[in-house]
Amino acid sequence: MEAYRVNPKNGLEFGLYTLGDHIANPHTGERISARQRINEIIELASLAEQAGIDFFSVGESHQEYFTTQAHTVVLSAIAQATKKIKLASSSTIISTLDPVRVYEDFATIDLISNGRTEIVAGRASRVGVFELLGYDLRDYEELFEEKFELLLKINEEEVVNWSGEYRAPLKNAKILPRPVNGSLPIWRAVGGPPSSAIKAGYRGVPMFLAMLGGPANSFKHSIDAYREAARLNGHQPDELPIATAGFFYAAETTQQAQRETYDFINEGMKLTNGRGFPKQHFAQGAHPHDVMNIGSPELIIEKILYQHEVFGHQRYIAQMDFGGITFDNLKRNIDLIGEKILPVIKKYTREKSEGQS
Amino acid sequence: MKIVGLSGSIVGSKTRTAMEHTIKILAEKNPDMEITLIDLADYDIQFSDGRNYLEYEGDTGFVSKVLMEADAIIIGTPVFQASIPATLKNIFDLLPERAFMDKVVGIIITAGSAKHYLVAEQQLKPILSYMKANLVQSYVFIEDQDFYRKEITNDDVLFRLERLVDDLILLVKTYQSMQETREAEYGF
Repeated sequence: MEAYRVNPKNGLEFGLYTLGDHIANPHTGERISARQRINEIIELASLAEQAGIDFFSVGESHQEYFTTQAHTVVLSAIAQATKKIKLASSSTIISTLDPVRVYEDFATIDLISNGRTEIVAGRASRVGVFELLGYDLRDYEELFEEKFELLLKINEEEVVNWSGEYRAPLKNAKILPRPVNGSLPIWRAVGGPPSSAIKAGYRGVPMFLAMLGGPANSFKHSIDAYREAARLNGHQPDELPIATAGFFYAAETTQQAQRETYDFINEGMKLTNGRGFPKQHFAQGAHPHDVMNIGSPELIIEKILYQHEVFGHQRYIAQMDFGGITFDNLKRNIDLIGEKILPVIKKYTREKSEGQS
Repeated sequence: MKIVGLSGSIVGSKTRTAMEHTIKILAEKNPDMEITLIDLADYDIQFSDGRNYLEYEGDTGFVSKVLMEADAIIIGTPVFQASIPATLKNIFDLLPERAFMDKVVGIIITAGSAKHYLVAEQQLKPILSYMKANLVQSYVFIEDQDFYRKEITNDDVLFRLERLVDDLILLVKTYQSMQETREAEYGF
């Protein structure tokens, strides 16, 4: 775990992630400007740090209704605005980028942030970015695998000799700058089905598992498959951290939390994904065994501790800003996390040393 | 309420004739509804490549979006090689897994003979059920002999089409009111 800057003794890490979505508030029909949205994301990261949150990440999505396409630029602004919170992408679509440039960007953010930066590399759930940046969708799988391998190689070796199909060869190429501690934690972003988790385990890299909703035990299959694939390929599963990510929203009562989020998530999903979030599924999401962490602080604590017991993961990452939820409500959430949720989560997930109970 | 008729083949006239007649009954009985007839012969649709339906352009994007926005869909299809035509299957492949959730779907089959009368039952219904459609269980099976020069000449077929339309509308209204009752109970 040390190689990935994770210390289980400190308990479950708690993070926030944003896709940088830029969607009108469904109640007012008004959409804030891209300038305001990006600055609020940067401010949200600062507030998260003040509340004791461990991690903050920003994703890139190149379709309509999003605003952090240049996610490394946003991350570098956050790096400068913060002092101790860990920073990452969620995710970087390595398939359609040049791994050399990606590494240069993230190593630079790591220098600005003094060693707090990580990369989460993903395959994109939408295809627009392939056309936009000039790639063939038919190479979807191989583009990711080849470029992800190159990214890992650059992380391990300062001087790189490499050749592949989708990028010009590298001959004794020195990739600079180097990050503060010589290398960066690099994660693989994984969606629901186990097949993708198996690929992460096979390669022996940490897994960032995104979950929209559903019972925790359905996601346990992916986690078990990941650890098993890692073990079978000579890696040590207990040295590989796992992060889970999904919807989060806290309010005084669970019903209030549902009221303040449903229309935002439902309308946001319709716009970005073409299908709303069925109300029946959303209602079931309040069950303590469902991974959707929307509810009262007490319910959320119960859910996260249950998930920790089932998954044994090292980091939980909350998405609470989807669909145009107002900044005031986001700030209230940060307060609830810092005051009510984090202290309890940390208390019950911290590894106890000898003599303590 | 948005109702879409989908004529699923790009050749021949019988399915289109049956669909046009059905749409006429539908419009006469329900003048306040938004009714669209899509005959795939009028569109240039690409094969599904797995992308989200919002990302298709041109005719492919248009047809996918119209179907996704419908409250009810009447699918008309001929029988090709003991199954549905590839053009219709492609439409299903363009859409998300649960595309027909909370939608009512009715079926009209046209065929040369009664030889393949179970195609709807054994091949079309399983796909629609997988995609979570609320099915009008009785479908209308129309044979070649029921047509004469782009007209339906068999009164029995006309009566059955009328029953299909009535059942479809009643089911949409019923499902929508069930949905409203249930959603009102959630309190969010």
